[in-house]
Amino acid sequence: MSNIYANSYAIVFVFLCLGVLLPVGALTLGRWLRPHVPSEAKETTYESGNNPFHDSRIQFQVRYYLFALLFVIFDVETVFFYPWAVVYDQLGLFAFVEMVLFITLLALGLIYAWKKKVLRWM
Amino acid sequence: MMEQWLESAPSWSNIALFFGLGALLLAVVLAFVTYSILAERKVMGFMQGRIGPNQVGGRFGLLQTVADVLKLLLKEDTIPKAADRPLYVLAPVIAFAPSFMVLAVVPFTDAFRFADLGVGLLYYIAVSGLTIVGVITGGWASNNKYALLGGMRAAAQMISYEIPLVMSALGVVLLAGSMNLVDIVNAQQDVWFLFAQPLAFLIFLIAAVAELNRTPFDLPEAESELVAGFHVEYSGFRWAFFMLAEYVYMFAMAALITVLFLGGWHPVAFLGWIPGAVWFALKFCAVVFVFIWFRATFPRVRADQLMEFAWKVLLPLSLANIVLTAVVKAWFF
Repeated sequence: MSNIYANSYAIVFVFLCLGVLLPVGALTLGRWLRPHVPSEAKETTYESGNNPFHDSRIQFQVRYYLFALLFVIFDVETVFFYPWAVVYDQLGLFAFVEMVLFITLLALGLIYAWKKKVLRWM
Repeated sequence: MMEQWLESAPSWSNIALFFGLGALLLAVVLAFVTYSILAERKVMGFMQGRIGPNQVGGRFGLLQTVADVLKLLLKEDTIPKAADRPLYVLAPVIAFAPSFMVLAVVPFTDAFRFADLGVGLLYYIAVSGLTIVGVITGGWASNNKYALLGGMRAAAQMISYEIPLVMSALGVVLLAGSMNLVDIVNAQQDVWFLFAQPLAFLIFLIAAVAELNRTPFDLPEAESELVAGFHVEYSGFRWAFFMLAEYVYMFAMAALITVLFLGGWHPVAFLGWIPGAVWFALKFCAVVFVFIWFRATFPRVRADQLMEFAWKVLLPLSLANIVLTAVVKAWFF
């Protein structure tokens, strides 16, 4: 059993290596094949033909942050859901009631965000 | 066969063996990407009353994508002066590596599979989420307004649809009682989860299309407003790796839908004499065809519709599906 465990994660590691090696290898190979004629004009930022003006890293819309916060909350909840779903058979009614309470709390949070107009994208 | 290797004591020769097999899978996946791009162009061509690629490589344009890739390899690679160079170079690698890593847990047939992880489904979801980091790194490092907007949008969309995706898959985990993808397939011996969990399947399919950034949810790349989205400044092979990651995810997602809902390698009814690999391939191709079909027929949705659909429709529905599944399982099984 522990052999399967170790070998499985060895496979995951091998896949990570392959996933990194392919882009690195292909880009290195490409370096010998592709032309390299840099010029001032080529290295400017593309802005649909306009002359690029000031930096693009500005303070950004706050709504992205709100959605990121919501995502963190709900994604952490799903991590709690998964073990529950796996052992649901053994735990029976107790686990069911617990989870309904949990989902109700989640739904309340969602309704609150909804009423506060956090979910509106504008 | 794989089972023997998995049970043997871990050693360097094992790792070398896995490396060889993994490289083989990588070759298969690259071949799939080559021909799925051609298939996409052909199918969309026919659906729009055109012929599609028909010049390079005979009447069916069989070498069209190969020629495109070679051309990309020979393209000059420019990095804008304003860009953050190390991050700019790193981004395509961060985006691509997880797309191949997720394939480690997907079982293709009884014998042809790789890692046997107890947390298979959770591993898939966790690792596939890493691509967002690559996308947003690329958008930020380019120091381009379109790229930044595209990267932000892509991140917002992918995290929003990740939640319904994960929650709908919970219904399947509840019924199967395991997160191991092989166990999930074996639990579908009699009834596919497509029929046991129709609502979950629908939510999962919609969220999967959104996760893949494909039409009708291709806002991160909305050509008409953002030029190309987060990869505006990328050219040549660096750009190719963003595209490759997208198509490898299409492969992985189609395989995952087949495993979770379509019964993996299990045959239909009395047709058991056809081998499992053929069944898997058939179901897999059907899912890929549906993705292409969506692209040819649906218009792109608006940004506000996109986000609100995820949070106001899909999320409550998937929560309801979990409760419903738990009730059904508690009282009827």
